[in-house]
Amino acid sequence: MSETFAPVTMAEARPASVVTEGRWIRRILIGIAILFLALFLVLPLVTVFAQAFAKGLNAYLAAFTETDAHAAIRLTLLTAAIAVPFNLVFGIMASWAIAKFEFWGKNLLVTLIDLPFSVSPVVSGLIYVLVFGAQGLAGPWLIDHDIQVIFAVPGIVLATIFVTFPFVARQLIPLMQEQGTAEEEAALTLGASGWHAFRTVTLPNIRWGLLYSVLLCNARAMGEFGAVSVVSGHIRGLTNTLPLHVEILYNEYNFVASFAVASLLAGLALVTLLVKSLLEWRYADEIAAGARRH
Amino acid sequence: MPGATERVGGSTAIRVENLSKTFDTAAVLHDFSLDVRAGELLALLGPSGSGKTTLLRIIAGLDFPDDGRIVFGAEDATKLPVQQRAVGFVFQHYALFKHMSVADNIAYGLNARKRADRPAKAEIKKRVGDLLDLIKLSGFADRYPSQLSGGQRQRIALARALAVEPRVLLLDEPFGALDAQVRKDLRRWLREIHDRTGQTTIFVTHDQDEALELSDRVAVLAKGRLEQVGTPDEVQEAPVSATVLKFLGDTIEVEAIVQAGQVRVNGRLTPVSAPAGLVGPVKLYARPWQLQFAEGDQAHLEGVVRSSYRTQGRQRIEVDRPEGKTVVVEAADTNRFAAGSPVGLRIIGGHVFPN
Repeated sequence: MSETFAPVTMAEARPASVVTEGRWIRRILIGIAILFLALFLVLPLVTVFAQAFAKGLNAYLAAFTETDAHAAIRLTLLTAAIAVPFNLVFGIMASWAIAKFEFWGKNLLVTLIDLPFSVSPVVSGLIYVLVFGAQGLAGPWLIDHDIQVIFAVPGIVLATIFVTFPFVARQLIPLMQEQGTAEEEAALTLGASGWHAFRTVTLPNIRWGLLYSVLLCNARAMGEFGAVSVVSGHIRGLTNTLPLHVEILYNEYNFVASFAVASLLAGLALVTLLVKSLLEWRYADEIAAGARRH
Repeated sequence: MPGATERVGGSTAIRVENLSKTFDTAAVLHDFSLDVRAGELLALLGPSGSGKTTLLRIIAGLDFPDDGRIVFGAEDATKLPVQQRAVGFVFQHYALFKHMSVADNIAYGLNARKRADRPAKAEIKKRVGDLLDLIKLSGFADRYPSQLSGGQRQRIALARALAVEPRVLLLDEPFGALDAQVRKDLRRWLREIHDRTGQTTIFVTHDQDEALELSDRVAVLAKGRLEQVGTPDEVQEAPVSATVLKFLGDTIEVEAIVQAGQVRVNGRLTPVSAPAGLVGPVKLYARPWQLQFAEGDQAHLEGVVRSSYRTQGRQRIEVDRPEGKTVVVEAADTNRFAAGSPVGLRIIGGHVFPN
């Protein structure tokens, strides 16, 4: 029947939709995108692993046996272990306040939460030096009380918290706004205390969005270079995080060790990407509420 | 505590005293007072913005008044936190806990209690089962809210509220999000549940039919004030104001004059009686079925037929009046009037209120 109305050749020539480009334009666009990704993302990643294993598995493993590498790994884990929970709590509190209450200065608070994303990390680090450094505002007081922030672990943790604090809040604010307060109100009328309602209603409703944002927050906390570099002082075995350790090894022409340590960070990135994709695939709706605003 | 004292018919379960509430600068409740009787099903009826939902939320403890008191039985509950008020609240959009099964939703209030007050697991399970039977969803304990229809969700929400044995059940536009047929079924069903449990219940609605069909008494609200409270018959037969009358259904509004207790329209006597003390120019309000087609001296009003349509064995005819207003007349579906034909209308009933 249909042949009489639309000959096959006609149907083939007709574009599927007015917003679809011709076959050649499509191929060129896709080709450019793939080439670009290969050149700027896949090639460097392959290089990292290739360089790391350039002198064999033993040389690769040797990079992790020296004490400085251990110290760097420990410090990175410690920093993330403090910064991530801190930002988790802060992020939940801030998004709760912003999504569920009306108060003066709310828009300003939302803008401030975004600040670390728009400021260069080096500037973030410098701010801490200016505040907590020996010549800084709080410097004399800190020296009097024998507290060292800059060129020490506290400074690294502070700088990491600063650069990573938007992750959780930005994900949760739109999610919580979308969910409103009706379920919490229902819980309260049923006799639940505020804390019980939070634990049994609010938290389960945001759990996947929260996990997603914690994942991204953690990846950034472990990988942060700029801000940490300014406040760290690069003291080997004391204030070197993994990214800083990579830089030091590289500057010493110790390429295998440098790339070996770098492969650890690259591996972290790949795992993060994988888990992130799984979460996005499985809990798309809940995460999309947050992603829309990014 | 919920118990025998409030079950005594006619005693006051909740007293709302001189309540005032202002949001930002807009007053939503002005010096509002109302008594709710134990065991009654009371409708709060009003247009949007009349303050009915705010009143319900203040009774529940989800909002707090600027002024006035809420008294439960003999206890001043004005400052009582929501958790201690023992109210069951049903939300327009159900507000079921999405991540919990139906059984866990219903058991939520019992599980939220402190260990000492919490019933044993087996007892909770039995109570959930009984409630599922009551709402006729026995096989649904392990389902999740997303697997249920709107009507089923609202029944679960009601069971969840009833599980904590509240002293009053508060429903905020409970059928507002449902389609017409489900709404009708649920109305009848809610009435049955109420008759069986005798639970003091207040529900908010902007739907006159719902309020009149379902409730023992209707409280009509307008602009944050109580216009009238009474049985559905009382508010329909003896509305205290034009606002109440107009809100309860379609009305025709005409100029009239009261002389010696008689109401005249265009100089002709009507069967409508005027309240004592009302004299001079007034407004007469009639329902579409309180007008008849008539000719000559019998007609109070004149007009031209604009259009007509049939509905459920009756017909509704729109008549354009000379001064420009259009009135709707409801008549038996017998004589048809062609558009453009001149007709006379006779008023056979209605109410008058001062201008």
